[in-house]
Amino acid sequence: MHDLAQQIVSGLAQGSIFASLALALVLIYRAMGIINFAQGELAMFTTYIAWQLVQMGVPIWIAFALTVMAAFAGGVALERVVIRPVERANQLTVVIVTLGLFISINGLAGWFWGYIVKAFPTPFPTTPLQIGGVAFSAQDVGVIVVSVVTLGLISVFFQKTKLGLAMRAAALYPEQSRVLGIRVGWMLALGWGLASAVGAISGIMIAPVVFLDPNMMQSVLVYAFAAAVLGGIESPIGAVVGGLVLGVVINLLGTYVDWIGNELRLAAALAIIVVVLLVRPAGLFGRVTVQRV
Amino acid sequence: MTSPLRKAAAGIVAAAFTLTVTGSTIAPASAADPGVSDTEIVLGGTHPYSGPASAYGNIGKGIGAYFSYINDKGGVNGRKIRYIDKDDGYSPPQAVQLVHQMVEQDKVFAIFDTLGTAVNTAIRPYLNQLGVPHMFVATGASTWGHDYQKFPWTIGWQPDYQAEAILYAQDVLQTNPKAKIGVLYQNDDYGEDYNAGLKRGLGKHSDMIVKMASYETSDPSVGSQISTLKASGADTFMIFATPKFAIQALVLAAQQSWHPKIYLNNVSNAIPYMNAAAKAGGQVAVNGVITTIYLKDPANHARYAGDAGMKLYNEIMTKYLPSADKDDGNYLYGVSIAYTMCDVLRRAGKDLTRKKVMDIATNLNERDNPWAYPGVVIRTSPNFRYPITQMIAAKWLGTDWSPSGLLVDTRSMSMAEK
Amino acid sequence: MLTRVAIAVAVIAIVPWVVPSFLVFDLIYVASYAIAILGLIILTGMNGQISLGHGAFMALGGYVVAVLAHTAGWPYWLCVPLAAVASGLAGLLIGLVALRLAGVYLALATFSLAVATPSFLKHYKSITGGFGGMSLQPVQAPAGVPLDGQHWLYYVAWAVAGILFLLSALLVRGQFGRALRALLDNPIAAVSFGVNPYFYKTAAFGWSAVLAGIAGGFYAIPTAYVSPDTFTSALSITLLIGAVLGGISTFWGALVGGIVVEFLPLVAQQINAAAPSVVYGVALILVMMFLPDGIVGGLLRLVHRFRRAPPQPVLESSTPSAAPVAVPSRASSAVEE
Repeated sequence: MHDLAQQIVSGLAQGSIFASLALALVLIYRAMGIINFAQGELAMFTTYIAWQLVQMGVPIWIAFALTVMAAFAGGVALERVVIRPVERANQLTVVIVTLGLFISINGLAGWFWGYIVKAFPTPFPTTPLQIGGVAFSAQDVGVIVVSVVTLGLISVFFQKTKLGLAMRAAALYPEQSRVLGIRVGWMLALGWGLASAVGAISGIMIAPVVFLDPNMMQSVLVYAFAAAVLGGIESPIGAVVGGLVLGVVINLLGTYVDWIGNELRLAAALAIIVVVLLVRPAGLFGRVTVQRV
Repeated sequence: MTSPLRKAAAGIVAAAFTLTVTGSTIAPASAADPGVSDTEIVLGGTHPYSGPASAYGNIGKGIGAYFSYINDKGGVNGRKIRYIDKDDGYSPPQAVQLVHQMVEQDKVFAIFDTLGTAVNTAIRPYLNQLGVPHMFVATGASTWGHDYQKFPWTIGWQPDYQAEAILYAQDVLQTNPKAKIGVLYQNDDYGEDYNAGLKRGLGKHSDMIVKMASYETSDPSVGSQISTLKASGADTFMIFATPKFAIQALVLAAQQSWHPKIYLNNVSNAIPYMNAAAKAGGQVAVNGVITTIYLKDPANHARYAGDAGMKLYNEIMTKYLPSADKDDGNYLYGVSIAYTMCDVLRRAGKDLTRKKVMDIATNLNERDNPWAYPGVVIRTSPNFRYPITQMIAAKWLGTDWSPSGLLVDTRSMSMAEK
Repeated sequence: MLTRVAIAVAVIAIVPWVVPSFLVFDLIYVASYAIAILGLIILTGMNGQISLGHGAFMALGGYVVAVLAHTAGWPYWLCVPLAAVASGLAGLLIGLVALRLAGVYLALATFSLAVATPSFLKHYKSITGGFGGMSLQPVQAPAGVPLDGQHWLYYVAWAVAGILFLLSALLVRGQFGRALRALLDNPIAAVSFGVNPYFYKTAAFGWSAVLAGIAGGFYAIPTAYVSPDTFTSALSITLLIGAVLGGISTFWGALVGGIVVEFLPLVAQQINAAAPSVVYGVALILVMMFLPDGIVGGLLRLVHRFRRAPPQPVLESSTPSAAPVAVPSRASSAVEE
């Protein structure tokens, strides 16, 4: 079934887009316990910075590296300036702050760069590839590879490095961590920096496919959110797997189930996720916590 | 009930009673039309300046720039134009509230260039009921021209989507009567209008359509739809999509090695978009694509190098919107439609009334719009309310649209009232 | 507290005579928002269940009113209660599902509802009119009432709001409210005292959905039009913003929240017409930074500071500094690791 194979491959390609942003969402959630609504817009904004650099003649991979570093710094700064004052408040307050960031960053990007859709150079070769009649591009493979590599780096960082351990401790047991001398506030800022950096990677990977405009990430955000939850909101592996699975499922549902068609694809996918959550409340890879009520 | 609650209830009842006794109504409209003074004409409009449709906000900015230009030259018949332009976020309830304010508080003379089919459908009954001109709405839905008997104060401007699709249908019938047509369309009234036009244009041959695939504006990418369309064996591809998705469609088709004959709706044919598609998908993605044109493209510097209209556009943009990207066709759409508005106001003369303005707008014969494609005449009659019906077909060759043939007037194809 | 209510009632009654007519129109929408936000205050503020999807219930209510009025020709006073019933049932259903989800998972599930709503509305086009939407008749005052349609609708909307606020106050005053709060603050203790979480949590969802459904009716009627574009996910976000900005721990927060979400975008445009979103977003951030408990929360804190004595226990609020956290904290959920 050639067409099925093609749809699956398209689904993986789309899913990898979700996966890369979902990774960033998971990182913030692990650090702070909230969903950062502004994650997509931050990714979009940093992608515009990359675009600007390329326009100015900087080679794409260098622009990539510079942007990721700038995103890291920006994330740290954002956390210290905007999030820190409301850190201690209840989590809904923080969510509203991220919504405020979402709205203003989106407006800012439109103001600076306008709304004409722009092409974003792909760091990968553009020749279309084919295996057994199924077409895809090096970009598609590239996104998956980059996401997996990023995932690997993050996992190694958190599991094997002292800093990663400190960050995990600060997120889970802030008071005890302070006693041990960990600067909890700065760990949070680092978490934001990391998430923003991953977001920048995500944006740069996505932009060549969906094309760059200020609203580029909004459609991705919903799916990324869903993918993160499906995979287990605290699990980076879950984010990537969840994203890929979601991409494929949506494609297949929309193509082969007539009464769903394209219109109800998202609704159907989300319904499936809700069902999964009912069965496994912590998602596919999440750790089940027991609350006896 | 406990005592405090009883007191509260009593308070409510008392308040309600006093009010029904007093009571009032809105004062009836005064005899002279509002929004016109010796020195000024007040117009109102809404555009999305926030939210997903914000790109179209630039139309409003273009209009503002043109009005500033006119005002600096003395205005229209000695009156300056004040355009109250607000953000409706593409939300009908928001637009309704803003329009109420413009009519009742700001006392505008007319509502001009409100954007979006849903928005305009929502405000249309109110404006028509009060006799406020609802002029040159920024959407190509066929209903503005079709339903004028019910809503005589409303008029559109840009070519309606159905007529455009009919044109493509006719081209297919003439050039490839055995074609198999695949359609990508946006799943809303805009896409639906195109589909309706395509089917009408194909007439009894509408079975040439082998596959229709829709997308939502909330979809990140149309990869799946392209795969489906390719798998259907279609050799002709209609793209009824807004720019972002149209570009994706062109690129993905090329990447999936699908090379049908492509018809692209004119909403998405601006040169920056074609260039973006070429960059990402190679020349093969864009060569031979067919579209229609009715306005000049400000990004086409080569073609319009010596063009007086484009020169004026650049001057206006430089002076009044210096930091804007002049290549954005939305600004050009704005100045162009503002030109028509000023044209109508000018012809109405010193004695400006709403009725007179509508009469002129429905008897238009504007030949000198600096930004309409050369030869396009903006024309209406009391029974025919589609101001722009002429387009020229064009094919993308290399780096530019190459117009082919003559201007086609889709006048007979537009849905004149049944 | 009663004086405050009386003052509010008086202000609401008098306002249409002193402000321009278009503002009266806008205030109808404030009533609609206030009703919906009240639902969120009960559900999220008191009971800790986050909903990012209450716009979906507004859509349901709005469309029930539209379909009945447009297709069947029923009068609005009949349609709105039916809308309430429909959204109440939907709320109970969603509430049952919500029992198994918490925190961010519930947020996603409800957000999915909001995102999927326009798709559903478009899909069932034979009922909903698809993307063309449906037009409604503008409201006329009944014979004998010397008010124009708009003023009449204003009073009806606010009278209904008043009744709903009253009913909600009665509801949460007694056992129901205590149960909701107990389930948020200390669920284990609550259950050991015999509080049935399934009943109360589902009921809270149902009641908040009823409120949102009625609000949806009063959102559609003044617009005299419904379409899928009217009920996007942005609406659900707006409701949450209103609840938190207003003050999620008190009923007054619903009133303030409604005013804020209605007028803040307009104010933002005055400040910067070119990029109103930037102003709006920055305003949200600043308000949260300086008034993390919302505007009402902040005001109460101020009053607190000026009075040495603790404030009178107000019917509907806990003291501001103990504003219930709406999200179960991560620390407690990770406890088993």
